[in-house]
Amino acid sequence: MLTTADEGLDDRSLIHGRGGGDTGDRIFHALVLIAAAIIPLTLAGIVVLLLLDALPALSRYGFGFLASSTWDPVTEKFGAAAYVFGTVVTSLIALILATPIGVACALFIAEYAPRRLGEPVGFLIALLAAIPSIIYGLWGFFILAPAMRSAVEPFLKNTLGNVPVIGALFSGPAVGRDLLVAGVILAIMILPTITTVSREILRAVPNTQREGMLALGATRCETIQKAVLPYARSGIAGAAILGLARALGETMAVTMVIGNSSTQIRASLFTPGYTLASAIANQFTEADKAIYFSAIVELALVLLLVAGAMNVVARLLVWSVARGPVGSATRAG
Amino acid sequence: MVGLLSTALLLASACSPAAQPSPTSPPAAKSSTVSANLTGAGATFPAPLYQKWFDEYVKITQVQVNYQAIGSGGGIKGIQDMTVDFGASDAPMTDDQLKAATGGPIFHVPTALGAIVATYNIPGVTTKLKFTGVNIAAIFLGDITKWNDPKLVADNPELASINQDIVVVHRSDGSGTTFGFTDYLSAVSPDWLQKVGKGTSVNWPVGLGGNGNPGVAGEVQQDPNSIGYVELIYAIQNKLGYAQVKNKSGQWIDPSLDSVTAAAASMQTIPADLRFSIVDAPGPTAYPISTATWLLAYRNMTDQSKALALTRLLWWATHDGQKFNNDLAYATVPAAISAKSEEFIRQINVNGTPALPAQ
Repeated sequence: MLTTADEGLDDRSLIHGRGGGDTGDRIFHALVLIAAAIIPLTLAGIVVLLLLDALPALSRYGFGFLASSTWDPVTEKFGAAAYVFGTVVTSLIALILATPIGVACALFIAEYAPRRLGEPVGFLIALLAAIPSIIYGLWGFFILAPAMRSAVEPFLKNTLGNVPVIGALFSGPAVGRDLLVAGVILAIMILPTITTVSREILRAVPNTQREGMLALGATRCETIQKAVLPYARSGIAGAAILGLARALGETMAVTMVIGNSSTQIRASLFTPGYTLASAIANQFTEADKAIYFSAIVELALVLLLVAGAMNVVARLLVWSVARGPVGSATRAG
Repeated sequence: MVGLLSTALLLASACSPAAQPSPTSPPAAKSSTVSANLTGAGATFPAPLYQKWFDEYVKITQVQVNYQAIGSGGGIKGIQDMTVDFGASDAPMTDDQLKAATGGPIFHVPTALGAIVATYNIPGVTTKLKFTGVNIAAIFLGDITKWNDPKLVADNPELASINQDIVVVHRSDGSGTTFGFTDYLSAVSPDWLQKVGKGTSVNWPVGLGGNGNPGVAGEVQQDPNSIGYVELIYAIQNKLGYAQVKNKSGQWIDPSLDSVTAAAASMQTIPADLRFSIVDAPGPTAYPISTATWLLAYRNMTDQSKALALTRLLWWATHDGQKFNNDLAYATVPAAISAKSEEFIRQINVNGTPALPAQ
């Protein structure tokens, strides 16, 4: 495209009004309309269905469902607080670990690596995203968890464990199936998302930004610090939140290493935990009482709301960066 | 094409003399007129056995049985909502669940028995450990936290030197195994009954959750000083230690298929509807953590050919089918209990006419 954005818009409105008289065209118009309608209708259908099935639990437990951490199918006391806690904590651990690594990796690919090196590295990272989560789960179960139990967690306990305040995060016996291990697995799983999206954001930074800094005598490192990263900041935040959204919903791999224990909310990351998604997957098949089933559906509703909110925030951030000057023609094109 | 060919071969082999049903099950022997296929769903614990059964059964009768191991809860829902021809569950349906069934009365037909074992991994322990039910409950309640607790050492002198925290492993998913295990603990420990109770999922006071029998066995295998509970076969397959448990008559009993069948045979009163529990059975050779699994069938059916196929299947399962149980590590149902199942099978009817032809 050699035209500017404004001219492009004019072209489009010109095209829009033409060629509408043909019957075949009308049929095609209807078809694409139906196809487009399927997506919002599916979403609405899911929400309505979840609401209907969750209604008994919603009316019986009310807000207590989010406040209580007791999940006792025998006495029909259901509270999701421990699940929400586990979901949020593991996702945050993943985010804190994966964001710096992901952004650094994207910087290497976009700013430092020659194209013939950057492309294969980028491809390999994208490949990580294609590994089914059960494989991560098995790897976590057989390799990562024992390593965390016998090496990493005792090390953290003996070093950071003695520091005031944050020491509480690394206290208690290390069993290798806990919030920290689940967070690490999630960090590995969301790394490709953060890296790939950040790389695209960095590539979208106009070269004039870099040229300006370099012309002022800045080093490459200063250029990245002062010109590239500030420009890409909100886009990178969007990448991180997309990663977060994936971490929130991840089920299989987390279930295998988190310990699946619902009663405890403690400061220590060595506490076995539970996430919303794992709880649903684990308990859905044997939910033999109506209210139990309903409570599990309400868990799904809570998860949907949390994930949906995250997605909206991510979209707003990405949108805010995409509105800026378009630099695609200057580098990638 | 390959699929069609193999189906044809299967049908051909079904007609060969070797595959004819044995004369010990008269109703199933008159099978040539049945053309219905059956769909069932439910418990995962007996799924390997049912798979074997239905593979054998199609050879004999040409009746295809499609069984989906979606869990006992799903099996109960399926038969309540009449979305399946039969259900399967590791826990008997409750009165409320039976009332909620849209298709009328439901029969419980016990098909197999199993042993749940307390399995452990304690480096340095070589002999077989011995646990009382009360001690197992105390471990899973978090009241006993060390392997060298005096209560454990009293029955196992070898544990005196194991000054280690106990890592408790339980199921994270809802399961019939959990139901059987907590059913037993509720029977022997008033503390357990009051604080936790029994169910396919319970609110575990302590421990890590593993997904499925393999998940629990895997965690016990990996975590030193751990204890969990699994179906007997999973402890054997993973070469894990499993404990002898003291039964009601004060004997230390090794879990085995024979001691499970002995438990069922020693029950003094079996409820008429066969919704029984065989935990903490009184027999001197009875293994106390024994469980049963049931097929669930409608008493009143509407489809003649399905009713005929189902009653014949149930008859076969409770008679000839039992010979496959031991090979797949399930205990057989005692004849006295199967005799009661026979009465139910004969009561299954289509518009008042018994579905199973009189012998």
